Amino acid sequence: MPVNALHAIELKAVDKCYDQAVVVDGIDLQVDRGECFVLVGHNGAGKTTLLKLMLGLARPSAGQVMVLGEDPASRSFVARRQDMGYLPESVSFYPHMTGLELLGYYARLKRIPRAEIGWRLEQVGLHEAATRRLNTYSKGMRQRLGLAQAILGTPQLLFLDEPTTGLDPLLRRDFYRIIDDLRSSGTTVVISSHALSEIEAQADRIAVVKQGRLMACGSLLDLGRQVNLPVRTRLAVNSESVAGVVRQLEAHTRIDKVDDHGIDLLCPEDEKMSLLRHVTELGDVVLDVTMDAPRLDEIYLHFMSEQQT
Amino acid sequence: MIRLPQTISILASREIRDGLRNRWVASTILLLGTLALALSFLGSAPTGEIKVGALEISVVSLTSLSMYVLPLIALMLSFDALVGEFEHGTMLLLLTYPVARWQIIFGKFLGHTAILLVAILVGYGGTLGILIIMGDGSTTGWQAYSAMMASSLLLGCIFLNIGYLISSLVRERAVAVGAAVGVWLLLVVLYDLGLLSALIIDDGQYISEGLFSALMLANPADAYRLFNFTGFEEVGRLVGATDVGAGFESGLVAPLVALLLWAVIPFLLTIARFHRREL
Repeated sequence: MPVNALHAIELKAVDKCYDQAVVVDGIDLQVDRGECFVLVGHNGAGKTTLLKLMLGLARPSAGQVMVLGEDPASRSFVARRQDMGYLPESVSFYPHMTGLELLGYYARLKRIPRAEIGWRLEQVGLHEAATRRLNTYSKGMRQRLGLAQAILGTPQLLFLDEPTTGLDPLLRRDFYRIIDDLRSSGTTVVISSHALSEIEAQADRIAVVKQGRLMACGSLLDLGRQVNLPVRTRLAVNSESVAGVVRQLEAHTRIDKVDDHGIDLLCPEDEKMSLLRHVTELGDVVLDVTMDAPRLDEIYLHFMSEQQT
Repeated sequence: MIRLPQTISILASREIRDGLRNRWVASTILLLGTLALALSFLGSAPTGEIKVGALEISVVSLTSLSMYVLPLIALMLSFDALVGEFEHGTMLLLLTYPVARWQIIFGKFLGHTAILLVAILVGYGGTLGILIIMGDGSTTGWQAYSAMMASSLLLGCIFLNIGYLISSLVRERAVAVGAAVGVWLLLVVLYDLGLLSALIIDDGQYISEGLFSALMLANPADAYRLFNFTGFEEVGRLVGATDVGAGFESGLVAPLVALLLWAVIPFLLTIARFHRREL
């Protein structure tokens, strides 16, 4: 492997067609080492196909996919899979094995010492069900076992396809905690997800995919700037001063809502700082300021509604 | 003992454990053992008259039986091997592990072959032991019997590989079952009927003995039968195969080559096909 492979994953002008249907359409993207990269998009937008291309399960119809500096679909890449973990969407296992047997099987294939199996099962909370057959496992338990096999051997690269569907809130929290642990040991994580509100805290960068095309890619802040959704600012003001403050700010920004306790302002991202200066000039009448950057779901909806092609 | 590469032995042992768990191993042993014993004891009645040892008689009856049963068992073990894992979704995960695709097929092949080997050793080998002990202790004909056991395993391997090929070609498990049964009918039952009808209609005009021989060798079940019926003189005399003509003096080599080709070609085709397959 070229040691200086800058990116963990690199896609250059990648197309993927299945029987005339274009599933991935000219995507360029890079995933840096150690970053948490999130793919968001509708069902059928091409997220799973992108993951399969990165895993080498599918070959691009055009363009180039490089993972850890190599073509993941090449035969020589087989040994490098040692360093990868994958949790497919709706994972399925051999139903007649027990959790312990299954994890043992996968650990042997990756040459991972047996000792790790026990604590991985404990880590995902399955140690008590370890000797039960998998056909008795619930959806949540299967998902946890799926995570356990994906993180065996602390992979350099972890691919998670819709990892938290079917998990209750408590399990989701545990799930992200485990992912955080891995990230602190340097694992690059690629997640495809619908769960926008929970994923935005995890993501270093987010790629918005629509009909096989990359609509946007960047940090939450970058995406917010790109769509230029206004920042919502709430000023807490004494009721007697509300009218005065409104009068002073009208010239500088858009006032969204006024009530007895305060004022809601909407200002473009790039005017945020100047607005703050105006607000501080007002002095003691403003009791408190809160600013909310646009959330991922707002940004996502914006991308999905624009440029219908 | 041969040390297999670790990945292949992990894959093979999962197949064997699967076979033990779903009683494939036990039922195959039971089936082959019962049939072998029943045929051997029924078949040993006329021994005195034609002066051929009980073992040669068993070779004849077991060959005729194995020709039908083993391909079916092998196909039932293997038709599911790839398409089942694709359909169930376990292949998706397996292919993201450090496992080459040919290793998956080879691992399954070794696991299934081990199941067949144990069933043949216990079922047919056990019968051999019983026949020797319960007979006059004479072991004449053990070579023919052993060759029959070995070629039975080879026949099983051939149909395992045909099963994998079916499994790599179809998209649904249900189609694979149909195709497996169809292939069995075609190669094991209909081919012989067709050949026989052709012979009768032809009445010695176009089908020379050489062509007939070639047609027999072209079918794995017939090649297996030829191997056992014409490879050993005593057995051959028993079935009257030597009377058919010079074309049948094929000995052991030609049928063996035909069997090996039948074992290797579907296997290689399966690997080629599997390597092209995307998920």
